[in-house]
Amino acid sequence: MIPICARRLLCSARVPLAALCVALAAAPSLAAAEAVNLYSARQEALIKPLLDRFTEETGIEVNLVTGKADALLQRLRSEGRNSPADLLLTVDAGNLHRAKAAGLTQAFTSEVVAEAVPETYRDPNGHWVGLSLRARPILYVEGKVDPAELSTYETLADERWKGRICIRSSSNVYNQSLVASLIAANGTEAAQDWAESIVANMARPPRGGDRDQIKAAAAGQCDIAIANTYYLAGMLTSDDPGEREPAEKMAVFWPNQPGAGDGRGTHVNVSGAAVTAAASNTEAAVKLIEFLLSAESQAWYAEANGEYPVRAGVEISPVLTALGEFKADELDLIELGELNGAALMLMDRAGWR
Amino acid sequence: MTAFTPALAMSDAFGVRAWLRVWPLLLILIATLLALPILVIVGFLFVPAGEVWAHLVDTVLVDYVNHSLLLMLGVTLGTLIGGVGTAWLTSMCRFPGRSFFEWALLLPMAMPAYIIAYTYTGLLDFAGPIQTGLRELTGWGWGDYWFPQVRSLPGAAVMLSLVLYPYVYLLSRAAFLSQSLCVLDVSRTLGNGPWRTFFTVALPLARPAIVAGLSLALMETLADYGTVEYFGVSTFTTGIFRTWFGLGNPAAAAQLSAMLLGFVFLLILLERHSRGAARYHDTSQRQQSIRRLPLRGWQTVAAVGFCLAPLTLGFLLPAGQLTVWSITVADQRLDAEFALLALNSLALAAGAAVLALGLALVLGYGRRLLPTRPVRMAVRTAGMGYAIPGTVIAVGVMIPFAWLDNSLDSWMRASFGLSTGLLLSGSLAALVFAYLVRFLAVSLQTVESGLSKIRPSMDEAGRSLGLKPREVLREIHMPMLKGSLLTALLLVFVDVLKELPATLILRPFNFNTLAVRAYELASDERLADSAPAALTIVAAGLIPVIILSRSITRSRTSL
Repeated sequence: MIPICARRLLCSARVPLAALCVALAAAPSLAAAEAVNLYSARQEALIKPLLDRFTEETGIEVNLVTGKADALLQRLRSEGRNSPADLLLTVDAGNLHRAKAAGLTQAFTSEVVAEAVPETYRDPNGHWVGLSLRARPILYVEGKVDPAELSTYETLADERWKGRICIRSSSNVYNQSLVASLIAANGTEAAQDWAESIVANMARPPRGGDRDQIKAAAAGQCDIAIANTYYLAGMLTSDDPGEREPAEKMAVFWPNQPGAGDGRGTHVNVSGAAVTAAASNTEAAVKLIEFLLSAESQAWYAEANGEYPVRAGVEISPVLTALGEFKADELDLIELGELNGAALMLMDRAGWR
Repeated sequence: MTAFTPALAMSDAFGVRAWLRVWPLLLILIATLLALPILVIVGFLFVPAGEVWAHLVDTVLVDYVNHSLLLMLGVTLGTLIGGVGTAWLTSMCRFPGRSFFEWALLLPMAMPAYIIAYTYTGLLDFAGPIQTGLRELTGWGWGDYWFPQVRSLPGAAVMLSLVLYPYVYLLSRAAFLSQSLCVLDVSRTLGNGPWRTFFTVALPLARPAIVAGLSLALMETLADYGTVEYFGVSTFTTGIFRTWFGLGNPAAAAQLSAMLLGFVFLLILLERHSRGAARYHDTSQRQQSIRRLPLRGWQTVAAVGFCLAPLTLGFLLPAGQLTVWSITVADQRLDAEFALLALNSLALAAGAAVLALGLALVLGYGRRLLPTRPVRMAVRTAGMGYAIPGTVIAVGVMIPFAWLDNSLDSWMRASFGLSTGLLLSGSLAALVFAYLVRFLAVSLQTVESGLSKIRPSMDEAGRSLGLKPREVLREIHMPMLKGSLLTALLLVFVDVLKELPATLILRPFNFNTLAVRAYELASDERLADSAPAALTIVAAGLIPVIILSRSITRSRTSL
């Protein structure tokens, strides 16, 4: 393989450092028999066990780089047609959409995928496919909030929630997607008003991640937290009582269910995979996607991450079962991607830090 | 006229005039290479940002500027008081535990800012053990009592000061130790008290070193992303990320980066301007073994307390918490893979540190020997990368490298039907290059501050006493520079060890470091799981800290 030779050369000529050569030699060779190269915005711990299983079953090695979605997209873009990546794994439909729009992905066909994944969670042109679902419902402190008071995301703008809501910063893509879904449902003006009211209703300026919002609510700083369910699930199954106990004080309310408001369903997003435009091993890449969508992988993936499988009929973990069933917003995920920038600017104007 | 004295003296001293003709070109070449990523970013300035820029000005820009300035102010106060104060106490006074503090005060340097931020949040937040305990003890609820808010702008300033004060401490201590005691004695015999001597003699003499340390700390502050992002403080760095990735507008993000660079320029100019024409060189060479001022009674208590505070808050407490967390997860986290992570991190840090030192010497001597305007400019720009967030640097490295690779590939395909693929992109070479761009300022500042202590007349004296040019270098420069060189090596080593965003995005396949591991877990709010990797970064950073500290002390006492 050319890159390896070139790297050796570089190592001896430009960077004459024994230490670096040792480090290079220690990195597993890319020249293994058959391999698929993966850029993943999912953290290694959340994906590696499945990849190892894949290698065991098929003999195809998986080479992995993890990183932030935006940075990986930039890397793909700069590397162009010579990019070594075959497969891109990322969270949030916005990122998948952006990769497609930038011409970094290619269409692939797979009967297995078509069969396993409902159309809502696939790109219409076959550029990407969802691997898991993440829901962003309202979490409330049991005993302090009567669930009858809750109905939709929209009603969180009411005066009665003043000083009672905990939600993280607008820099976070989950909130950007949530607001994008509100723009799609109600229009920009209504979403702007909503964001301003939410800012007015915040118990504190946005700080920390989703787990922090849950902990603050459990500790009494606010009554409602908006957070993705897998954070709650992760806390509930933690060995650390400091994580478990706050989570046990919370209950999930699924907003915008049929009968409440427009009944469009609770906001969901996906984590998904796309075959890169530069892929040199498309076949193996598709094979890996199919493997990740097998019933067994889906069950493990959903269980390990506390997310919902995209494949119908896969059993979900007991923790998630306990959170109850819900109707998901069927909004085209592509729209979330397209409205992402508008959502962020809207939150800036509302003073949502 | 006088400005050229060092150049002439040294050209005589080394007798290598031919070198002096090549050197400026070499310098400018190196500086241009290192400035390339920044130029790429600046190049985005010419891409119109459209309505996004107007939107930023209308809404968040004022916050970015104000918060960044306030943060810098807070860190300036924190690191100056903590760094200079402890440096003076440990080098000039005698009190119990002094020799322990001498090296222990450097320990917080090994602590990444985002790790300390996560740790303190876990401890002090509303839902953390301390406040929960307080509420259980008193029966108070939310809103019944006041408690300092960790995740706030002042909180961020404190966190950053706690891990950045060692830069000021290290450089100002080296300066205090190398000051001629005679100068201080003269001040004392002229009737100045110890405080007056400190403020009127020692402090101005140590000023280049103090300012060098402070500007390192401030550049780190400007480049920090992990802490301010987690604390919800909107600064330039968080703004750049939001604009680039959230709004999908690299042009506007680059314009924010350019403003950030403006801040750095301002810092440098302020320093130059306030120093004016004054140059600080010790005029006496007579050094005596230090007679440290013995402290008594309350003075001792105050001195110990003053040194203990930053050490405890910046190291002992967070490291203790990390240790407790590590123990709870040790069985699942410490395996063979973990050893490989540590090896990767150490090798990368060592390699980058050595290269950075080499370049800093070339540039530093270049500026000393040939202080012409183009050379000075070149050296300045080479050190700009330090204040720029790692991700921005990484993107700036990625674009030209990939362009080069792809152009070469196209050419090879067209001419020879051969594909070379990507040679540099995704290689360790690209990553090390990014480290150099980002951290060269650290070794450069340290080397320059060391060189400024070697008065040009020393070179002349050496030559007139019959030393050969090389001997001047070996007999005069090496001994005097040794401390600075070690400091430069150590600072870059520890910085690379902690570096995260550039590593994350530029590393080759299947290549992980401790910082990557620690961050992935910590950013997922799995603090306990991330603790072993974080603790190892800290521990690995300790070894050079201790070596360095001992060697500084030894070099002083042997004089």
